[in-house]
Order: sequence, then C-alpha cells, then structure tokens
Amino acid sequence: MNHAPPSSAPRTTALDAVHRALGATMTDFAGWDMPLRYGSERDEHLAVRTGAGLFDLSHMGEITVSGPAAGRLLDHALVGNIGAVAVGRARYTMICREDGGILDDLIVYRLGDSEYLVVANASNAETVLDALTARAAGFDAEVRDDRDAYALLAVQGPRSPGILKSLTDADLDGLKYYAGLPGTVAGVPALIARTGYTGEDGFELFVEPGHAETLWRALTEAGEGVGLVPCGLSCRDTLRLEAGMPLYGNELTTGLTPFDAGLGRVVKFDKTSNEGAFVGREALEAAAERAASAPPRKLVGLIAEGRRVPRAGYQVVADGAVVGAVTSGAPSPTLGRPIAMAYVDVAYAEPGTAGVGVDIRGTHEPYEVVALPFYKRQK
Amino acid sequence: MSNPQQLRYTKEHEWLTNPVDGVSTVGITEFAANALGDVVFAQLPEVGDTVTAGESCGELESTKSVSDLYAPVTGEVIETNQDVVDDPSLVNSAPFEGGWLFKVRVAEEPSDLLTADEYQDFSGN
Repeated sequence: MNHAPPSSAPRTTALDAVHRALGATMTDFAGWDMPLRYGSERDEHLAVRTGAGLFDLSHMGEITVSGPAAGRLLDHALVGNIGAVAVGRARYTMICREDGGILDDLIVYRLGDSEYLVVANASNAETVLDALTARAAGFDAEVRDDRDAYALLAVQGPRSPGILKSLTDADLDGLKYYAGLPGTVAGVPALIARTGYTGEDGFELFVEPGHAETLWRALTEAGEGVGLVPCGLSCRDTLRLEAGMPLYGNELTTGLTPFDAGLGRVVKFDKTSNEGAFVGREALEAAAERAASAPPRKLVGLIAEGRRVPRAGYQVVADGAVVGAVTSGAPSPTLGRPIAMAYVDVAYAEPGTAGVGVDIRGTHEPYEVVALPFYKRQK
Repeated sequence: MSNPQQLRYTKEHEWLTNPVDGVSTVGITEFAANALGDVVFAQLPEVGDTVTAGESCGELESTKSVSDLYAPVTGEVIETNQDVVDDPSLVNSAPFEGGWLFKVRVAEEPSDLLTADEYQDFSGN
C-alpha cells in the first residue's frame, strides 16, 4: 500500500463529511485535512475542562508490532522498558536516533503477549515506521503499517467516563490511566484506552474507519445534555499546552535529547533485554550526565503579565540579552492570560526569576517564570 | 454571511461607515473575525493618534495568530471601543455592531474602498 498522497491534496479522515456538516473550519495538519475548530475554540477548550469534548484524531499514525520478539524489538528500538509493560497497559515513550536526538514521542499499548500498538505523531509516522522496520532486522517480529486500519476518536473531560459508560459494558472503572482494553462501544468493536492529550480524564477509541461515523454519532447523542461538544485541533493545542505536555516539532526535535527536554525519566537504562543495549544508549548516557551537571537550557513555563501573546520562535530576554526561545505560546482560556513553554538558560529558569520577558515583535513584555504544568486537574 | 450594504470595505477586511459629521466608525468584517478565531486581545490606536490609510494602527491577537489592524482611511482617532478592550470576543460575536473598534475623523479616504458587493466578491463569500 502506498501512503504517499497522490497529489498535494491533503488526506481526509473517515469523519470528513461529519466535520463538514458541522461547519468545521478545516486546516491542513501534517498532510491531513483536519478540523481546526467547529465554533469558538475557547468554548471547546472550556467544554473539555468542565464537561466533555469529542475529537477526531484519525491522523495519528498506528503501527502494529507483533511476534515472539516484539517486546525485545521495542526495547531495542525505543528508549523505554517496553517489554516490561503489562498486557492491557500503555506507556509514554520516545524513539531516538543513535545520537540521542528525538525522532518522535509515542504511546505504546501492549495488546497481547506478543502484540503492541505504537501510536506516532502524524508528522512523524513515516519516519517511525521506517526506523522500526530497519531496527527490526534480526528480531523475530513484524512491523506493520496500520495507519489505514484505524480511525481514532477521543472523548476527553470530566464527563467522559459517564458518557462512555452509557455506550459500553466494558469495565471502565477498572481501566486505569494509561491502560487499554478491547471492547465494544455503541455496538462497534474498539480498543478503549484511557489516554489523552488534554490534561483531563478521558478516553481514546481506536476503531475501524468504517465504524467511525457510527461511533461519533453515538458519542454525540450520549453527550447531549452533559455538555459534550465536538472539538478541533486548535483547542487540543491549548489544552495540552496548559497541561505542560510537549508537542513534537515545538518542544521536541531531533536536535534535542529527552534529557534536554526535561523528560529524561522516559529513558530506561536499567532494561535487561538485549543486554541493556538500545538505539541511542551511549549518546543518551552522555546527555543524562550533561543534563545533571551542566544543562544548557531548561524547559519552563511563562505566564504573561500583560495580554500580548507569545508565539513559537519568539525570543526570551533578560538583562538586555537573549536567554531563551518560546516553543509554544497561546492565550490560556483557563488562566485568562497568555502562556508559553520556552527553553531558557539555566540562570533564568528558576520559578520566580525576576526580569524575564518575551520579545513580542520588538517590545519586551514581562513574563513570570513558573514550573510546568500550568494546569493540573483536581482528582 | 452577509456584509451590510451601507458600509464600505477594504481588502484588509476592515469595514467603515460613511462619515457622519466627518467621522467614520471602523471595524473588521465577519469574514475576518471568523478567519481569526477567538479574538483575545485588541490593541487599538490611542485617541488622538493620526492613522494613515493602509498602514498598521493596532493588533488583534487570537488563539492561533496575531494580525495587524490596518487603518482604512487617514485621519485622527477620536474614540476607541472600550467594550472591545474589556471583552475582545465582541469582535467575533458582533463584528459589524458591538464589536466596532474605533472612530476616526476622516482627513482623506483612499480611492479603492469597496462596496459590500465588491467585498463579497473579493472575500469569496
């Protein structure tokens, strides 16, 4: 199967007609024509924080890894201890180059003893697929491109468990955060995962594309009266930013290691399979030491004192010098002020550091340095 | 969406009223407001500023981007809409009414202002 688009036209998801009927504003995202917002992105954001939101995330890249050595292959290819993940559980992890640079951040679900589902960012799916395929040499495991096998819907927000419960007999109370189980939702076979990218409780539902519309309509109906609204990628970005979650291409790049991004905890040097060897290990050991002894820059949160919004690429300034760069910025609907994530020189990275600003088109606007995340849900 | 017939328009997606006692009211069109998404901050010119047709005189910040606000005519700003400063979402909810941005004493109008129909054709809506 050839996944290269036949022309420059973006790919559409199985829910394209639904989005258009809802009057969505569409955007080209990583080669996919995706809903940016349906109405007010601020209202969509707040609905996820207080009620529930329904997302089409079918652009995400699914890759199945199976076979007797599937776990050992993933231990070799990824930085996490994937072979140790229990069946039915999931792990946030990364795939790095030999030099430690981040190729992508991933969620890996263990579906069975010898079967894993790797979910990559749309923009990196091809890269991840190619890397896993290359790294599978010598392992008794199969790497399969399953991007066309799944549509992905997410229902996120405090009301999402109630909404989903009304449509499934699956044991949602027993389904922990970062767990996934096969089940039936609204009569449709689905992998039900308690994962998300919003900072709220919620679920991601992997289904056959042909079932996506049935599931979307059932969720919409079940959410009527409890504040569920369709949500686009615009609010997904502000939700994840408030939750301090990195976005590949912004906070994570091939030029950074997980340690540079403050996410060294995902790198497991103590894994036992393959004699502890994995792609990038040596470079990452050096990166871990550098991060501990002399970190160049740290990822911090910035909260505006004023109302002008920092954007990715804007310079962080202090004492008349450039001391960092904004990687993501947006007006925060929850805080009511502009926020940003930025890599900042260590001398200015402590929460409360005085005199830090962002150069917003030539004017230095004052910003407060804070620890991430900006928002943490009440449990 | 419909653009009020009695207004005139620019290719930068501003609208303005015909002058009353030499004063025109200025805002951005519904097309522009929809394209921006939720406006979260309006930086308007100051009362007393002289604005120049076609030149930036402020900014509108939305979730995804920041856009320059262009003056549709040359003249002196005599009033700005404090309601929009306090609640920028008025630009989205009522772009042609409560979401107006400023009033300007017109010194000179450019010759290329558009009628509602011409703007409709231009913006493709």
